[in-house]
Amino acid sequence: MLDELRQTCRRLLQDGTVQAVIGYGRPSPEDPVVPVFITKPEDVDQLAWDDQCFANLVKYLLRKEVLSLGKLAVCVKGCDQRALLVLEKESQIDRSQIVVIGLACDGVGKPRLAKCASCDVHTPRQSDFVIGKANTPDAAATVAERYAELDAFLAKPPEERMAYWKKELSRCVKCYACRQVCPMCYCRQCIVDKNRPVSISTSATLKGNFAWHITRAFHLAGRCVGCDECTRACPAGIDLRLLNLSLAKAAEENFDYRSGMDPEKEPIIGAYSQQDHEEFIR
Amino acid sequence: MSDTNVFQPKIIAYVCNWCTYLGADLAGTNRLEYPANVRIIRLPCTGRIDFNLIVKAFERGADAVLVSGCHPGDCHYTAGNYHARRRWILFRQLLETLGIDARRVHFSWISAAEGKKWQQVITEITDKTRELGPYTAYREICQEC
Repeated sequence: MLDELRQTCRRLLQDGTVQAVIGYGRPSPEDPVVPVFITKPEDVDQLAWDDQCFANLVKYLLRKEVLSLGKLAVCVKGCDQRALLVLEKESQIDRSQIVVIGLACDGVGKPRLAKCASCDVHTPRQSDFVIGKANTPDAAATVAERYAELDAFLAKPPEERMAYWKKELSRCVKCYACRQVCPMCYCRQCIVDKNRPVSISTSATLKGNFAWHITRAFHLAGRCVGCDECTRACPAGIDLRLLNLSLAKAAEENFDYRSGMDPEKEPIIGAYSQQDHEEFIR
Repeated sequence: MSDTNVFQPKIIAYVCNWCTYLGADLAGTNRLEYPANVRIIRLPCTGRIDFNLIVKAFERGADAVLVSGCHPGDCHYTAGNYHARRRWILFRQLLETLGIDARRVHFSWISAAEGKKWQQVITEITDKTRELGPYTAYREICQEC
């Protein structure tokens, strides 16, 4: 599979289809996997592929310095590809200018990450190339199975849930790694960086941390594709996945929408329907 | 309300300029009495009512928040309330997950002609919040700074 990946990338670079390939690499065998930017055909041997390839490389397609390399090819796993689709829907990328190299994936991490258990996109969709073949069948998860983790959490009384978040969020140091790594956080100026007026307390106290994490989660409502990069990037080990899952669940239950899954469906935020339910409104 | 020992909740009402604000105004001109626990904040449209404002109200010591605007189909800006409604559906789930008391966040449609409804809604919310007591849980979060 790795050979196939390297050959594909070499060909793309040689015939000038793309000027750079964004992929995974390992500087030396004992190093962790890092994102690599290959611009010369002879460098494709730097590319790596194994179950330690966590990063969602789609994020780099939004960066000016990366775009200035020329036409790009990007390596994506199935979950990363969902982010690509949302960005395309939100007019953030020009899909015709990007070559997408899908990497069939059986899950990443040892043990496997939580997101991989209910994965139903082992083989990336809408890719220009699909490298390899996934051995794991796509999970045919029902809504209940997909959000089992969240439902177990929601079964606790509200006071306990609040106590959990107080404990977790008290560790947040407001490094904003969750934002920096998120492929959906592309605002030129983030609302927390606006200081006239300060709408979200910038202090790394519980008050500021609650305000920030509510904001972060809600700005991703109906957009988060569940790549869990925020949870992975968090130096304090806060499980942001739960917050993202809760909004994904609300989107699926109320609007039958899973972001980045169906190219035919339009994003739910920024649109409305006269039929939206309102039994909670007086 | 002469009893000074009764808990007086602080209720923040974010209302739209075109319907609910006028509804509250009508309640006033009709001399309809409603609890003075509500602090009205007028915004252009429910579509403008950012969820951060709800969080902010709790940060600053609110015991309940009401968000109110024009009935569906009546929005001055055609669709602001439809957009808002969709966001609230999602936002309520997030509150639930965080363990923030959803019984303290109220939504309503009150038109400019519904002074009576404004009176009822505010009275109900005040009574309900009085039963729930002060929202100390969120206040504690903000005090530990």
